[in-house]
Amino acid sequence: MHPAFSVIFLTTLIGVAQGLFLAVFSIDLLATLGLSERPMPSFVLAGCVMSVLFAALGLFASFWHLGRPERAWRAATMWRTSWLSREVIALPAFLLSVAAYGFAHASGSVWSIPLGWLAVVACIALFVCTGMIYACLRFLQEWASPLTLVNYFLLGCASGCTFATLLASLLEPAYTEDLATWAIGLTTVALVVRAAMLARNARLRPKSTVQSAIGVKHPKVVQKSQGAVGGSFNTREFSPGRSRSFLRSVKWVFLVLAFPVPAVLLWIGATGDAALVLALAFVVQYVGLLAERWFFFAQANHPQNLYYQTIS
Amino acid sequence: MTQLALVIDLNVCVGCHACVTSCKEWNTSGVAGFLTDENPYDKDPTGTFFNRVQTYEVGEFPCTETVHFPKSCLHCEDPPCVPVCPTGASYKRKEDGIVLVDYDKCIGCKYCAWACPYGAREIDEKQQVMKKCTLCVDRIYDQSIPEDRRKPACVVACPTSARLFGDIHDADSEVSRAIRDRGGYALMPEWGTEPANHYLPRRKGTVPVADDQVNRIDTPLGVDNRVPGTLAALIAEAQAAADPLSAPAGGGR
Repeated sequence: MHPAFSVIFLTTLIGVAQGLFLAVFSIDLLATLGLSERPMPSFVLAGCVMSVLFAALGLFASFWHLGRPERAWRAATMWRTSWLSREVIALPAFLLSVAAYGFAHASGSVWSIPLGWLAVVACIALFVCTGMIYACLRFLQEWASPLTLVNYFLLGCASGCTFATLLASLLEPAYTEDLATWAIGLTTVALVVRAAMLARNARLRPKSTVQSAIGVKHPKVVQKSQGAVGGSFNTREFSPGRSRSFLRSVKWVFLVLAFPVPAVLLWIGATGDAALVLALAFVVQYVGLLAERWFFFAQANHPQNLYYQTIS
Repeated sequence: MTQLALVIDLNVCVGCHACVTSCKEWNTSGVAGFLTDENPYDKDPTGTFFNRVQTYEVGEFPCTETVHFPKSCLHCEDPPCVPVCPTGASYKRKEDGIVLVDYDKCIGCKYCAWACPYGAREIDEKQQVMKKCTLCVDRIYDQSIPEDRRKPACVVACPTSARLFGDIHDADSEVSRAIRDRGGYALMPEWGTEPANHYLPRRKGTVPVADDQVNRIDTPLGVDNRVPGTLAALIAEAQAAADPLSAPAGGGR
């Protein structure tokens, strides 16, 4: 598939927003249950503001994916059948509920925890919707797996938690080490899941072949013409547009930048309480996630490519 | 229920692209607006088409066969592109099974194209909406067109009659009979999309003839085993059979 940067930014930015909210709300919840010290209200508020900001940026990026953005409101209508439509509802619901929770917490309302739980529900729903958009396309075999959902969830939580660590070092240093530990843990688990995904995809055997595509059983079938001398939408949208070696390099870039490097930086930043190192950890991890998402799209091999193997 | 569809005979398709140009001409001139072409007379021409004829080589030199393969939307009975559409712009008509896109509702998110394993949908780069074969829905019901021409433009244009059009749910229709009698098959059956369009396979130039189709099993007059050369011979046989006294020795056998 052709990786579209609008979708890459959408999925990574809302992932950060969701992970950040979950981290901040977990701390608030633990404090409410008396299991830890009450965090500074400014930390929770800043977390919510940043979460809303990241989610809004993601929403903004998603509009660039549409050919007719002025009609985007229509996308909320088919929620009964379409995961994309469900995401279109879940994303603003998450945004609004996090904003409501942040406002309630800042104003000291008793409603802050129930609103927080509401935001958790919206957050999980959003994770499921985003993952299912890809996992439900059964003939994109690289995506059609529960691992896709788990991967989106874990990477969102990991990057959001990394950002929460940075926020804590600026506003609530008492939580920096705890959050850094969580972030390192989530990053590690995310690496395991991503590696499992890579292993699974490396062993996939395409269900469709050129034989089943045109219905000729002969073992040797070669396409000679795709019916157009130039390219078409089909050659642009479904091809990564880069060489195999480029894809391989991107894989190693994200395997290094999204996982071990930020984990080490988190550890250094948290033990030394250096906000700059933590900021670097987040930036490096985010860049790694951009590469991860780029690879996620580029690796998926659409069966329609069987009909578009030769331009002539 | 009706399910309109095309049945394409790969045995007679010669790859002339008349269906492609006829389709483009009809569908770029309709009320739904033009089908975009970019750089049509320049380097890297590209454009939106509902129908394309591809060419495959089957076998290994020197024993190769060229298969021309027209491909358009297959109007699946269980179309994976329809439920994923977030706006309801993609839909399958109940009355005739045609899968259509409402160009006024489409937001151009391309998700339906991802959900189609056949690559049948192409975005219109100027209008930024998804387009696909409509089975010439603006033609097949048009009362102002002579009845025998109320067929998709590609079907009317095909010089070798490789394209048949009709209702595959009607067991007696031309398309149903073609599918049944000539081994019609669906593309990528592994995904369970149940394409309505079917393809008829290539055939070698042999006609299977059973022995009893040539030689009668019951031969009351015992003259059937010899294939008569001319009509005169036939008449002589008949006369001989009618008058056993004048029959040559040995009879019919």
